[in-house]
Amino acid sequence: MDVNRRAFLKLAGGAGVASAAGAAAVVTRPRRASAAVRHGDDAVGMLVDTTRCVGCRACEAACSETHRLPAPAMLGQDTVFAKVRRTESTSYTVVNRFAAAAEGGAAGAPAAVRFVKTQCMHCVDPACASACLVKALEKTPEGPVVYHRDRCIGCRYCMVACPFGVPAFEYEKVLPYVTKCTFCVERQQQSQAPACATVCPSGALTFGTRKALLETAKTRIYRDAERYVHHVYGEREAGGTSWLYITDVPFEQVGFRTDVPMRPFPELTWTFLSAVPFVLMLWPPFLMGLYTFSRERREARPATEAERTRETTHA
Amino acid sequence: MHDAIHDAVSVSWAREKIFLGQSLGEYVRGLVTPWNAVAALILAAGLPVIAYRFAFGLGAATNLSQTNPWGIWIGIDVLSGVALAAGGYTLASTVYLFGLKQYYPVLRAAVLTGFLGYFFVVVGLLVDLGRPWRIPYPVIYSYGVTSVMFLVAWHVFLYLTVQFLEFCPAIFEWLGWRTVRAWAARLTIGATVFGVILSTLHQSALGALFLMAPGKVHPLWYSPFIPVYFFVSSVVAGLAMVIVESALSHRIFRDQLEPGRHADLDRITLGLGKAAAVVLFTYFFLKLIGLADGDHWALLTTPLGGWFLVELVGFVLVPCFLFAHGARERRVRAVRVAAALAVAGIVVNRVNVSLVALNWNVAERYLPSWMEVMTTVTIVTLGILTFRWIVNRMPVLRDHPAYPALH
Repeated sequence: MDVNRRAFLKLAGGAGVASAAGAAAVVTRPRRASAAVRHGDDAVGMLVDTTRCVGCRACEAACSETHRLPAPAMLGQDTVFAKVRRTESTSYTVVNRFAAAAEGGAAGAPAAVRFVKTQCMHCVDPACASACLVKALEKTPEGPVVYHRDRCIGCRYCMVACPFGVPAFEYEKVLPYVTKCTFCVERQQQSQAPACATVCPSGALTFGTRKALLETAKTRIYRDAERYVHHVYGEREAGGTSWLYITDVPFEQVGFRTDVPMRPFPELTWTFLSAVPFVLMLWPPFLMGLYTFSRERREARPATEAERTRETTHA
Repeated sequence: MHDAIHDAVSVSWAREKIFLGQSLGEYVRGLVTPWNAVAALILAAGLPVIAYRFAFGLGAATNLSQTNPWGIWIGIDVLSGVALAAGGYTLASTVYLFGLKQYYPVLRAAVLTGFLGYFFVVVGLLVDLGRPWRIPYPVIYSYGVTSVMFLVAWHVFLYLTVQFLEFCPAIFEWLGWRTVRAWAARLTIGATVFGVILSTLHQSALGALFLMAPGKVHPLWYSPFIPVYFFVSSVVAGLAMVIVESALSHRIFRDQLEPGRHADLDRITLGLGKAAAVVLFTYFFLKLIGLADGDHWALLTTPLGGWFLVELVGFVLVPCFLFAHGARERRVRAVRVAAALAVAGIVVNRVNVSLVALNWNVAERYLPSWMEVMTTVTIVTLGILTFRWIVNRMPVLRDHPAYPALH
């Protein structure tokens, strides 16, 4: 094959530029979300002690009032607990009632009634934030996972990604947004505790730094080791969450997903994303090489006049 | 006087380029055919449904919910659509990079199918997105670089551009712009290489989206290899779609073809069938490795395990052997049946991953509303009509007299 210098430079240059772009992507690849947001000792969290919750739903009412949402349905009515509810576009937190066998209880003992509050867990390294293609969801160093509605395109991948089934979508609206618990980030900026923690009458909610709350949770478990399940839900689930739960009945009996992997969710797609620059680097030289060989093979046999005209029109 | 000349020129241009050399009246009368009536009915029902979705929102038009945020617009329009549009990069690399020029006669139609496939994927996405006008945001406004979806967005945008460039020579031949066409043709190799890179990454990325939902996707479909499955099966989808599309095109657009093209197409179909058999078997083998890797054999006896086997045997192994049998015994018909089965299999797989396996363990399951089905049917119909409009005018199946082609 007659490779003149110009043709060679053209080929090599094309492959080189494409590979260099790939290499640049390797060098300047974005650091992982977890690396960018180091969860400091003073990042906030919330401890939910389900043994103390009385199911009054004052937290639901306070949440709706703070976020100017419609008042919770069937407030003060027991029938609301007939079926398990989830967070909706108009309710950022819900309290559910479960009947569960107490941990130390004998077989046949009457079922214990437990109430569990559900809202965004504010993961230390959130799946939703790493899944969002426009950074509409973002983990703040202070702790809350916040939503920038001005960026959201409404693809709902965050809802698929969230292992706790938290983000909701305003399906009922023509111009919808995603909604979820904000951890009352505005109140926190004014040195106020989240609305739910402020109104909780039974001491089920404790607001503080995540680090201190973990110690509180473990202290309660150690002091009453017979009663509590020896696990702080959220310490390691999905790589850790800002909201922590302790309970005296098995977690799976009171609505918790116990199949959530104990690793940060962004890691799940990180393996794939870190392969991207290598495809960008290795494909161009490989494909250009393949092209050069196949052209050489074709040109090795004598071409007819007709074939030559084709080459010029179809290069 | 001057205006009159101008009008005459534009009328004859429209007559030549748009109305297929007929007068407006003749052209309109020619449109009255049974299939056009079917298409008109679909559009008459479907376009108002799409308008309804935009006027009243996703809640009014779909069965999507907080638990099931993705429906058939994602499972069929986007995931299956992108896979079935893979014929563009598959055939372009066959012809230009591997140098197998005997496949040139089906290349342009494959590139056109690919371009329109992606174009209507974006249309489907616009219907599905909550705030569709923000679709360029990941490209121009806010960069969520940790997201697999970010990669998909960029690549679909870039690849749509690349496919348009790849199809440009046909457009410029139709318009008679010789110089521009020569420039466009020079981009071919670069565009092909770029197209393969983009396709490798976003085809696999669509699978990687589901890596984020380990507790939600049924273990038989959740695998660390899912990006590889999506990429390898997209090659099958591309080859099978080219076989199906070229068989249909050669029947429907018979008048555009020179004598001898049918024998060519038989040879091409057999060759593509052979390639499809090999790739499909690789895919089957990779699926087995995934099954062994996850050690999920016991799940095969559950109801969803049975459905998994239907997919793996009925839509992978059966078409694989049928492709091999057809290519070996030189039975073009068998290859075409295998291709149709493989195309169906791709849709079954994408729907399985995104709708059947996702949230399999949740009580609330999703079934599409009639409006969602109607919208999907309408978008597919629009795609077919656009394909036909272009094939009837531009040199896709036939050669332009001024540009003798390779075949």
